[in-house]
Amino acid sequence: MNENPLAALAALSGVLIAASIALIFFYVPTDADQGFSQRIFYIHVPVALTAYACFGWGAWKALRHLWKREPGADLESYVAIHQGVIFGVLTLATGSLWAKISWGHWWLWSESQLVLFLVLFLFYGAYFMLRYSVEPGPARANMCAVYALFGVVLIPVSWLSIRLANDFIHPTVFTTDGPQMSGSMFLAFCVSWLALLTLAGTMYRVELAGKRLDERMRELRELLTA
Amino acid sequence: MSAGEKYVAAAYLVVFVAVLAWVAIIASKMARLSRDVDELTELARRRLEHEAEPEQGRVEVG
Repeated sequence: MNENPLAALAALSGVLIAASIALIFFYVPTDADQGFSQRIFYIHVPVALTAYACFGWGAWKALRHLWKREPGADLESYVAIHQGVIFGVLTLATGSLWAKISWGHWWLWSESQLVLFLVLFLFYGAYFMLRYSVEPGPARANMCAVYALFGVVLIPVSWLSIRLANDFIHPTVFTTDGPQMSGSMFLAFCVSWLALLTLAGTMYRVELAGKRLDERMRELRELLTA
Repeated sequence: MSAGEKYVAAAYLVVFVAVLAWVAIIASKMARLSRDVDELTELARRRLEHEAEPEQGRVEVG
């Protein structure tokens, strides 16, 4: 395990995913209000929170790049944002499915929580357009880092929008009084979130290793063909 | 299967398919990296052979 932390993380992720599926489908009670479809909550909310975590991690690495000039921080920031966008797509997809069964609509433009998440997602989607429109080098790394830091401001706005809006139908589960659900539901939610965080961590480490390997191969090719 | 069950299945399936697609993309990248390693190994071998050639043909005089 100590020799290969990535394999350990992947195994932990697998175990947690299996545990969360068992909890969601065989342990938690069916919601009295929404019925069976409420089980989408255990995937939709953890996926959204994981997307926020990835964007946050990307911004933290961008800050490390600008502040400490940490080697490799630019690449780490890029990979984290890439993971965030993947989880962002999944948030929108699972959210739309839940909206359709609960509200009868795939999407509601009147819902600030939905629209702000879409804005956040499109903002980080545009990050890749910026990155691939500039030649690789320190200038590109600085520009991308500044952009990633600007984007992170949208995360608390997106998170708080549901609490600031008055005319919402999007449910508020986490209030100042704590989670508005039973203990078993909260346990399933926590395990599911932990499973997705470890999955995102595994994907981040694998993608980062691949990108670093790519860079070394490019250097080796240049040395051999020089 | 009720409508609720279908939507729940679809939501979990979407995540599963996305992870599967990501694994497939990473697998194709690994295959490309493997081909690159083979190519670079061949390049390094040829370079070593090329560097060794003049030494083999050299004849000591005197």
